[in-house]
Parts: sequence; structure tokens; C-alpha cells
Amino acid sequence: MSAVAVADVHEKQAGSVPRILVFSTNNISDPGIDLAGSQHMHYSPGVEVISLPCTSGIKPSWIAHAIDQGFDGVFIASDGDECAYLPDCAKRASGIVSQAQVLLQAQGHDPQRVKMAAICSVCAEPFTKHVQQFSATLAGLREAATK
Amino acid sequence: MTDERRIGVYICHCGGNISDYVDVKRVVEAVQGEPGVIVARDTIFACADASQQEMEEDIVKHHLDGLVVASCSPKLHTLTFRGVARRAGINPYQYTQVNIREQDSWTHTDNPAGATHKAISLVKSGIARTRLTEPLEPLVVETTQRALVIGAGIAGLRAAIGLADVGLEVFLVERERELGGWVGRFGAIYPHGRNGRDLIASLVDEVRKRSSITVFTNAELMAKSGSFGNYVAAIRINTDLPELIHVEVGSIIVATGFDSYQPEAGEYGYGIDGVVTLPEFKALVDGANGSLTYHGRPVRTIAYIYCVGSRQPGANEYCSRYCCAATTHAALEVAALDGQVHQYHLYRDIRTYGKYELMYTESRKRGSVYMKFPEDAPPEVSRDAAGRLTVTTRDLLTEGQELAIPTDLVVLVTGMVPRKNEELMSLLKVPVGTDGFFNEIHPKLRPVETVVDGVLIAGACQGPKNSAESVASGLAAVTQSAAILKKGVAELDPLVATVDADACTWCDKCIGACPYSAIEQVEVGGRQVATISPATCKGCGGCVPVCPEDAIDLRGYTDAQIRAAIDSMLEEPVA
Repeated sequence: MSAVAVADVHEKQAGSVPRILVFSTNNISDPGIDLAGSQHMHYSPGVEVISLPCTSGIKPSWIAHAIDQGFDGVFIASDGDECAYLPDCAKRASGIVSQAQVLLQAQGHDPQRVKMAAICSVCAEPFTKHVQQFSATLAGLREAATK
Repeated sequence: MTDERRIGVYICHCGGNISDYVDVKRVVEAVQGEPGVIVARDTIFACADASQQEMEEDIVKHHLDGLVVASCSPKLHTLTFRGVARRAGINPYQYTQVNIREQDSWTHTDNPAGATHKAISLVKSGIARTRLTEPLEPLVVETTQRALVIGAGIAGLRAAIGLADVGLEVFLVERERELGGWVGRFGAIYPHGRNGRDLIASLVDEVRKRSSITVFTNAELMAKSGSFGNYVAAIRINTDLPELIHVEVGSIIVATGFDSYQPEAGEYGYGIDGVVTLPEFKALVDGANGSLTYHGRPVRTIAYIYCVGSRQPGANEYCSRYCCAATTHAALEVAALDGQVHQYHLYRDIRTYGKYELMYTESRKRGSVYMKFPEDAPPEVSRDAAGRLTVTTRDLLTEGQELAIPTDLVVLVTGMVPRKNEELMSLLKVPVGTDGFFNEIHPKLRPVETVVDGVLIAGACQGPKNSAESVASGLAAVTQSAAILKKGVAELDPLVATVDADACTWCDKCIGACPYSAIEQVEVGGRQVATISPATCKGCGGCVPVCPEDAIDLRGYTDAQIRAAIDSMLEEPVA
């Protein structure tokens, strides 16, 4: 996206709900997020999901890109200790978040804009609570930025 | 190049499940001008046969080369619409499913305008990803029509019989001298009350009747090589002159069972004469001849302490599931031997799930007394100066009254723990969970498959199970093996990692990130670079972020696709 287009995105977002990009995983956290929908639990429509096979496959640069382009925050719905691929997935995911935070700081963004929590295949309620709280945090950051 | 794509987009109403909250017509209008979109329609039920046929007609008529269906969760219909694509001549991997039901309409029933904006955003993102898809072919591998079963307990024996009955040759490997595992040591077991030893004897008899099953006892798997559909297993037979044999197999069923929790000395009085574990007690009951005795003395009172070694913070945090039912069943056996024996059950929670609740009720009718102790004040076991064994507890059901129960026997109701077998875990490369049991891909959707293609798990090596549940999972593994092996060829998803050899500088970081040994160093044009074996790669993408040169991509989730998906989402503001 060009710089002008990015500016347009930021202008369009003004007054709207915080946009949160969620990286979930096909076999663990995505079923948990689906379950939240099946149970008609409500969270902000600003929350949108991209699903991958494993949390350890997320590039830190994707997180930085998402925020740089207009998402208010990135929530990683991680496999935690349930990853079927990598026994050290939680440790790797933690490293990915740390790297992303360094990138965000270098780009002038608040590292609080990335958050991670383990979401299991039945974690409908925890997911909903996490993204509601994160949305509130990001709304606070928006408000602070406009003062 | 991307503008040359010809994509069909279908937005599903799902009856009213989606369209009650999402303005589907508006979504169609919003996406029909997206680059590459040739057809954009709404459909009442995208998965209906008639709708699938209309999509196929559109694909042929408009020479489409990409397909996007925005409907329910991809878990439900990805294969359905890949089938539509395939039948109409589109590569199935150029199809994208967008979830606007579970992750949109159903979770924003309070905000239809927001749900509609979000649907537009998600569909645009799906179109962007589809524009960057490449035709991929499934990895086709020939499969060996033989299976290896590791462990000859009840799950392994039943799996071996099932495999033979679907026409596969079977190698059954048992580490012990005898077949049968835990069940082969028991007398009557729940839920059916059949004798465990008899049950195993009949299964062993069935195994002997089948010439296609080769049994190795005193034997262990020492090495595994090859890849999906064509593994070579090295089995060591531990005789006076150990022998190493190699067998070629297409699938491996791991049914190595469990260990029983062994209390520490002093844990609930373990080590004091008269304090026994559940398996030790079961042996006493099975060996009772007319009445229950311990060291030759008649047993008149028994105190059972539940959840020993289970549900302990920082240790075995899981519930072993079988022990409550096994104990109530044993209590019924004791009552049948001698209705005058006093039986006290000291529990945290009784989890006799499903129909096992009937055994719990029956045991109460036969005189068993149940007392609930507080989680933070478990019972204490001691033997006083006069030599009397006593259990002291607080009973929450009688307002926390403290009780001292003189007893002849204390049974520590111990659960299942993962069997210690580091070598096997290391050579199979099957991940284990935090509880130490082998991990399936998904407990409900893919309950016996592991991330190692062709390696399946059955029985209590996966987590605590009773004998009936173990047999059920053994048979599930048979079905899965048959699906893999009977056709003689198997297809693997080609969504694996690839290396851009031009960008790779061979720093070797990716090798350390892959526990499956899928990455190797090769020479290309005089340069050392990494290469990834498609048949061995599990498609996790764990190597992708570690590459400092961004030289690795995961097919279906490439860097370009993810960035395009992110950018396209943001084109639509969400109120």
C-alpha cells in the first residue's frame, strides 16, 4: 500500500472501533474462535482473523506491517503448549512477539499493540474476554494519541 | 499478472444464519469490482448440490481460475469446495474459504452494520490471497500395505486384528514377554464386568488365527526411517542373542499404554503396612477366595482416598478419568464377596461420567459411604502406637466434621501417568503435551492422527482411557490406516515450506528450527543452500520466521499472500 493509501486508511479509521488483527492456528485456536461465534458471544467487529498452521510460523514483520498499515493491534491466539507440531512452540512464539515489539518500537509504535495469549480449541470465553480487553486498551491508546 | 486472474466469488446466506445479520447483497456489490473478480454472486446455501453445480457452470462458462466462497468455517466445507473447483477444472489449491458465519455473523448479531463491513473486509482479504495462489498438486506417495503396531495391550491387540481384517499385513511389537498389557493382569473389569485375563486370551487367540499378523515379544522399535507411506522400522528382539530385523510398513500405530502413578514414600501413608495403590488393591480383590484378606487377615473395613497423584498443581494436573469408576466397580466386587465389609470413599469429586454413574449409585445402595474432603485439607493416614491404621479426614457433607476412621486397609486411588519411554518419543518424533502423553492433531476432529503423517496413536498412550475407550481409539486408528494404505497411494497436502535458492545464503538457522529433519544442505550452482523435503515437511512454517534472508515461504501462506490479505482487510473501514 502506498503512503497516501495508508494515510487514507488511518483517516477512515478515525471514529471507528479499534482494528485488531488476530493470528490464529488452524487446529487449535481457530476452533476456539469459531466456538465463540457458535455460542453467539459478542466482541468488536474490528477483530479479524488470519489463520495459519502454527503460531511459530508467524513472521514478526507481518505484525509490524499490520500495525504500520492501519491495524490498531495484533493479537496472537497462540497454540501455547497444545501445539501438535512443535513442543517448544510457546517459547518460539514468545520470541516472535519480542522481535515484533522491537520492530514496532523502531517504527515508533507502542509495543503494547501486540498481545499474545494461548487459546485452546474450546477457549471461546477466554478469547472473547482477551479481545474485548485488548480492544479497550487500544481505544485508550488512540485516545491518548489524540490528546 | 494478478489482474489477469479470473476469480469467482460466492457469498452464502446460509439460510439466514449469515444474511440475518450481514447484508449479503451489499457484500456482493462491494467486492465485484475487486481486481480479478469476474463473477460475484450470493447464494442461499453454497453447499447445496444445486449451488455447487451453478458454481461449476460459472467456472466453465467464464474460464475462472480461482474460487472464493464466503460462508461457514473452513473446517466444515474446505474439502467440499475444493471438490467443486477440481470437478470444474480449477486447481483445488486456488480455492479460498472465507469464514463469515462463526467469525462474523454469529458473533456480531448485535451489530449488523459492523458485521457487513467486516464481511466485506474478510472477503476482500480472501480475494487478495486467491489472486496470489499458484496451482499445486498434492504430493502423491505409493504406500506399503503393511502396518506396524507398537504395544500389545488391549488397544494394540484389537488394532492388529482390525488391520488384518481389512487385508493389511501387520507386525505387532511388544516389549514384554507376554501380550495383554494392564488388562491382561486384571480379573473382572468395568464397564462390562468381563474378566480382563479372559478378554485378552480371546484377543490373543484371534491374533493367532490370522496368518497376516506377525508378533514379536521381548521386542522394541530401535529406529524409524523413510517417510509417509514407506517407513522402515528396525526392531530389536531381545533374546540371549539379540536380533535386529527391518520391516517396511506404510503406517505405524503407537499403543504403548500408560504407567500407574506410584506414590512417594509417606504420600498418604504409602509405605505403611496396609496402605496400597489401586492396582495393588485390584490384585487383592481378583485373588480373593471367598473373602477379602490382606496378609492372611480378614479385611473388615476399607478407606479409599481418591485423586492420589491426579489433579495436583505443579505435578499431574489432569484428571485420570478412569479411577473413580474403577474404584466404585472394585467396591461393588468387595460387596459381592462380603456385604458386611465397611467401605468409606474419601473424595474430592466423584467423576463416574455417563452410565458409570449407575455403578456409583449401586455402590451406595450396597453400603459404601462417600465423604468429600476439602481440596486444601486432604486426609491423613497413620498407624497409632497400638498398631491401628487410621484415616483422619474432614467431611464437607457433614459441615466439615472431623472424622477418624479405623480401617484394615487404605486404598490410594491412583491414576494413569505417561509411560516413560524417551527413546521411543525421540525416534517417532510425535509431540507430547504438557501432561506427557502423546498429542493428537485435534481431540475431536482428528483424534488418532499425529503431525507425523502415517503415525497414529491409540489407547492410553494418548491420555487416560478405560479399556472400552482404548479399543475404540484402536479401531479408529485401523480405519485411518486403511484409508491411508488400502488404495496403494496416498495424497499429502502440498502446503509445505519451500526455499528460494537464490535468496538462501546457507546460514543453517532453518535446520535448527525443524525437529522433523526435513531440511538439508545441498549444492546448487556451486553454492550451498537449504532444501526442504516435501514428503518430510509437516507444513508448520516454524522455519519461516527464523530465516534472516526471508528465503523461506510456506505454500498457501506465503509472505506475499499474508501481506496482501492484511492490506486488503484495511481497505474496508469497520464501524
